[in-house]
Amino acid sequence: MSVVEAATGCPEQPSGPVGVGAADPAPFVRQRGGHNELILTVRGARCAGCLAKIEGGVRALPGVEEARLNLSNGRLRIAWSGPLPAQRIAQTLEDLGYDAAAFDPSSGDEATAREERRLLTAMGVAGFAAANVMLLSISVWAGAGEMGAQTRTLLHWISGAIAIPAVAFAGRVFFQSAWGALRKGRANMDVPISLAVSLATGFSVYETAMGGEHAYFDASVTLLFFLLIGRYLDARLRRRAHAAANDLAALQGRTATRLSESGQTKTIAAGEIEPDDLLLIAAGERVAADLVALDDGLVDESLVSGESAPRRVAAGETIYAGSVNLGGPFKGRALASADDSLVADIARMLEAGEQRRSAYRRIADKAVSIYVPTVHSVAALAFIGWLASGAPLHQAVFIAVSTLIITCPCALALAAPVVQIVAAGRLFQRGIYLKSGDALERLATADHVVFDKTGTLTLGAPRLIVDDVSQDTLAQAAKLARASRHPLSRAIAFAAGDGPVAASVKETPGLGLEAELDGATARLGSAAWVGAPSQADASLWFRLAEAAPVPLRFEDHLRGEAVAALERLSRLGMHFEIVSGDRRNRVAEIAAALGGADWTAEASPTDKTARLEALRAEGKRTLMVGDGLNDAGALSLAHASLAPGGAMDVSQSASDAVYSKGLENVAATIEAARCARRRMLENFGFAALYNMIAVPIAVAGFVTPLVAAIAMSGSSILVTLNALRPSAGSPK
Amino acid sequence: MSVLLFLIPVALGLGLAGLFAFTWAVRTGQFDDPEGAANRILVDEDEPLPPKS
Repeated sequence: MSVVEAATGCPEQPSGPVGVGAADPAPFVRQRGGHNELILTVRGARCAGCLAKIEGGVRALPGVEEARLNLSNGRLRIAWSGPLPAQRIAQTLEDLGYDAAAFDPSSGDEATAREERRLLTAMGVAGFAAANVMLLSISVWAGAGEMGAQTRTLLHWISGAIAIPAVAFAGRVFFQSAWGALRKGRANMDVPISLAVSLATGFSVYETAMGGEHAYFDASVTLLFFLLIGRYLDARLRRRAHAAANDLAALQGRTATRLSESGQTKTIAAGEIEPDDLLLIAAGERVAADLVALDDGLVDESLVSGESAPRRVAAGETIYAGSVNLGGPFKGRALASADDSLVADIARMLEAGEQRRSAYRRIADKAVSIYVPTVHSVAALAFIGWLASGAPLHQAVFIAVSTLIITCPCALALAAPVVQIVAAGRLFQRGIYLKSGDALERLATADHVVFDKTGTLTLGAPRLIVDDVSQDTLAQAAKLARASRHPLSRAIAFAAGDGPVAASVKETPGLGLEAELDGATARLGSAAWVGAPSQADASLWFRLAEAAPVPLRFEDHLRGEAVAALERLSRLGMHFEIVSGDRRNRVAEIAAALGGADWTAEASPTDKTARLEALRAEGKRTLMVGDGLNDAGALSLAHASLAPGGAMDVSQSASDAVYSKGLENVAATIEAARCARRRMLENFGFAALYNMIAVPIAVAGFVTPLVAAIAMSGSSILVTLNALRPSAGSPK
Repeated sequence: MSVLLFLIPVALGLGLAGLFAFTWAVRTGQFDDPEGAANRILVDEDEPLPPKS
């Protein structure tokens, strides 16, 4: 038990939205042969202790037959029979301290997993062929001069018999991609690869049939083996990034409660919402689709508009997806399905940003665009040159083929994916989920940071301003507040600490709490609820018997680590500014607390994107950090973007990486990205150097299959080792 | 040299055995959860504890 116990403390504070309990995964339960089956995404599990706790806890539930957690991707597969509600499983995990959300098996994960297995199988076949052909080739090289021509030809034929099917099977990945690119009139890295591999194989068959001395069977399969390693790592990184993005989206609690005409409730997946559905929004629930409120309510729109004060909505007003219900349950009629529930403006801006971003050219792509024509013309020139100087056709072809083989972009194709997967793996351990490989490159070159305020620099949850409330009042208000799950009540309970709860607290949704304190009636709630003059500047009032009502004010608190994190960014040479949709005085306060950062307040989503355009015009490469729906446009338009783990899913999908655990990770991401970029440039530099030495030797005709084998493997291994080298600033 | 006729098939057979083992492992999902496999051996499932003899 010691190992299991030593690992306590693993579950961290859930970083998801405040006030949203375990979402009901019921819509994602599948029936299979009399069993119920459900796949949940569990966040926070990372050791044997977590594994034992989660599997043990779920198996202890009645009727559960199987519970197996995949620790690598955080999926928990549960099979059970009987009446156990799915909600209970999610709640069990929540109680153990892990975030859990339903995983939608239709999210395309299966297809990418199959692609990954295909690459892995191809890699295995190429590896098998490379090992066996090399075994025979080494005998040929070692026996040069002693071995009879017949034996040599026999060994070559056996090599060919292994290599040709292996190339046909494992090379498909490259041939298909190269053919696809050529048909569109473009050249990608797979064109020289396919050309080198097929020419080498074809030439070797001819050479063997003629009883020649040199065959390149080993080169063609070894080449494929190395390249497939790079390709597999790349696919793995993309799948993991994709899965991480999916899981984060799932954690947003994408379910809703639909009310039938007869008043019965049914939990459905957010994707099933249709326009005109009657929805019931529970207290603390996040609205999944744009809707028209049918009752009065109080919503937190900080993720939609950046405004940190709750907004009171009357029946008939529109509430946008992403708002959190702070009041009692209310009904609403959906205006659109969840997928269409984006303000049209934001959707358009997102699209514009995506187009801009896809125009970004990766370093590897730039390298290839110089590399491909150079290599091909060098090989062609070598062929023509030797032919012109009177060499026999056979020799000229041999030299051209060996030039193509020795310059094949092995190091180039390995250089980028290995660096990226190593960097992504390190970031993953720190709770930063990277969306794509080229995100790293863009993050590395950013020099100016634009922060959103609410939820990014601040906690995004209210904190009581304790100074203007007497200790007595606070203690009494807390007796009521402890009975409620309303965010403001919880803020009071948090400020007062642990203590007693008043007997028989009655909660009137949307208005407030009432209880008897020492024989007198105490009320905690809105101005109307306690009979205070209605003023806008206090969100909550407390009144004991007939005493004057006491206003309670709340503020959105700066994150504890914000100052240190921004200092770290400054040390990296980054400038930063705040662009927020919140009111002037609040933004100014936060900016002052951060040492007088530049700020813009009351910025609409359009203002935010305009600011980013202006920065771009100044020649700055901007990193946008934001969490709200109002930031989504800016996030997709920025040179690079980051979103915190509690952000809207739209914002998360618009950004390059999602970080959890706090602002320190913004600087950590930049550091890791810069380190990765340095490694990548080193590797490209090395590949260039290698080619500069190898090409003249090949063109001069000194390259034999033995030299090619050594040069190729040596350069690939060196590049891989350089990528794996730990960075100076990395943890551990 | 006739020993080659015997040794080469043996070498190839060994290689093929390895390849089949690998493809079997890929197909049956042995590489799906490397981290879980590493951690699972640390989980104590002896409950109740077996009596000491």
